Amino acid sequence: MESTVVAHRSTTHADGAHLEREPLVLGDPTLHDITRKIASIAEQKPSPKYLLTLSFTAAIAAWGVGCILYTILVGIGVWGLNNPIGWGWDITNFVFWIGIGHAGTLISAILFLFRQKWRTAINRSAEAMTIFAVICAGLFPLIHVGRIWFAYWLIPYPNQMQMWTNFRSPLEWDVFAVSTYLTVSLIFWYLGMVPDLATLRDFVQNKIAKRVYGFFSLGWSGSMRHWHHYEMAYLILAGLSTPLVLSVHSVVSLDFTAGILPGWHTTIFPPYFVAGAIFSGFAMVMTLLVITREVLDLKEYITLKHLDNMNKIILATGMMVGYAYAMEFFIAQYSGNPYESFVFINRATGDYAWAYWTMVLCNVVSPQVFWSAKLRRNIPVMFIVSILVNIGMWFERFTIIATSLHHDFLPASWGYYTPTWVEVSIFAGTIGIFLTLFLLFAKYIPVIAVAEVKAILPTAQPHHHSHTPTYRASVELSQQS
Amino acid sequence: MEQKPIATIAEFHEVDTLIAAAQAVREHGYTKFDCYTPYPVHGLDRAMGIKRTILPYISFVGGITGLTTALLLQWWTGAVDYRLNIGGKPFFALQFSIPVDFELTVLICAFFTLFGLLHLCRLPTWWHPLQDDPSFRRATDDTYVVAIFADDPRYTTSATKELLQSVGGTNVHVHYAADTQSVTVPVSETVRP
Repeated sequence: MESTVVAHRSTTHADGAHLEREPLVLGDPTLHDITRKIASIAEQKPSPKYLLTLSFTAAIAAWGVGCILYTILVGIGVWGLNNPIGWGWDITNFVFWIGIGHAGTLISAILFLFRQKWRTAINRSAEAMTIFAVICAGLFPLIHVGRIWFAYWLIPYPNQMQMWTNFRSPLEWDVFAVSTYLTVSLIFWYLGMVPDLATLRDFVQNKIAKRVYGFFSLGWSGSMRHWHHYEMAYLILAGLSTPLVLSVHSVVSLDFTAGILPGWHTTIFPPYFVAGAIFSGFAMVMTLLVITREVLDLKEYITLKHLDNMNKIILATGMMVGYAYAMEFFIAQYSGNPYESFVFINRATGDYAWAYWTMVLCNVVSPQVFWSAKLRRNIPVMFIVSILVNIGMWFERFTIIATSLHHDFLPASWGYYTPTWVEVSIFAGTIGIFLTLFLLFAKYIPVIAVAEVKAILPTAQPHHHSHTPTYRASVELSQQS
Repeated sequence: MEQKPIATIAEFHEVDTLIAAAQAVREHGYTKFDCYTPYPVHGLDRAMGIKRTILPYISFVGGITGLTTALLLQWWTGAVDYRLNIGGKPFFALQFSIPVDFELTVLICAFFTLFGLLHLCRLPTWWHPLQDDPSFRRATDDTYVVAIFADDPRYTTSATKELLQSVGGTNVHVHYAADTQSVTVPVSETVRP
């Protein structure tokens, strides 16, 4: 919903010839076609295939929740954590899921501020993915504290113990960062959805569905007087979310950097984590969208151009991550700190070398195929690469956590860590929760931002941009007249 | 029994016509009118003479509130109410307070933006005087609708209707109070672009 001046759709060459831009929506649909297309997804009865998939993911989710309950009942002794390695799969998964969430906000907020119109077809699903990923992420620190029934102690509140939280700890910053991120992402997502829920309210025939959509659309009428406030609200929230998304993974990285452990105690972590988060998030968006556009038949809306653009971002952020890996090594040697150098050599050649090289292969080598324009538009290739990047980014977090912990300063306290079936099940369970929520979303919530896509159709906006006066000037003009 | 008109409603199918119509309605001195569109039409707010929204000020107050809360919370709990020496770190310092300052600023600002928007739009309101009008209901789909309300001092059923027709409105009709079958030209499917 770009609020001010709309750029011309084609650029003019010096010789006057037009270079036509690739259309963002194929098939030249009318406004009504878009409504019908998106709204009919919610109206159709769920197909047996959908129900089968849903029950499969829900079963995995249920298994994971069962293992979480088992952990809570018995204690985190059922995990493989041991004395040098007090953070294992749980914190790996936490950082992994938080990272996945970052692409959603990047697409919805940062690309919005940059007026990247191609974001409109994918922002809704990417934001949904953000929220579901942050929900999965939030589970891990909560169960990791061991006594989840005291989890509310993380929040500062006046209590009978007369104690307050320790604001000097990055772990406390994390509480604020993650909960703010979840809340603001939810607000942004929901606000963006209100006009589309109103469209659904006016479209669906089912009485119950009409009531539910009617309730959540808050009585939105499409009044221009409302749109005017709404666009400003959207812009402000985008402006808030942009630094927020950069802050969240920075704060997560401070959990590590504020420790004195070699391999954690580095200044490169905040930007390195943010780049990695966007990288992994785009990979996950890619994985989901390639499936969604196929299953829901949205190829006219989520076009190859969208996927192409996303692959370029995956390539760029993948290179940043690769640069960070190299720079970590360089600084470790250059610092002259023997512990620092040891940790990095140990990372590449030690007990966890298999994890390190999996990470490098998946994150640095595999995205290189996207230098080819042809491969950037090849669905099977991008699907495989996106899966590889997901795996690689999980291993990145695992490598950072496990290698730094398992060999610290004193050889007497060295150890090795392998997860138990409970930890593996909980991780699988969160994938189940994530996919279940995404499937429900894709069926019952407008999966594409209807109003935003309508607004970028070629005929959607007035055709006299050249002499558009500034807003203030026009208000003054209108007051004079 | 005489029916009480609520508004005169016209449909439009081209944005350029819609903007010109909104401008004409305003220039004719109407103040109680509104345009309903499936998505925000750029320039329409100017044509209607809508004043710039005050929402940014509301958000700004929210941001300041959040920042103040965060600073006071961290300073008072750490340096006044519960002074605990942890590794010799200061009880309060601006440097370590920055992450929480930032997060609370963003959080409270977002809440003010959300509730400010809802207040300015008077939402949620699960009722609208025109909600039973077929044209109005299509405004969330594919139709641009202009409605001039009957409580406007310049409103007369005949003159208002004439104006809306003259600026290119189709299916111009009056919506009457509490009746589901307003006197209307049937919604024609053929006018869809």
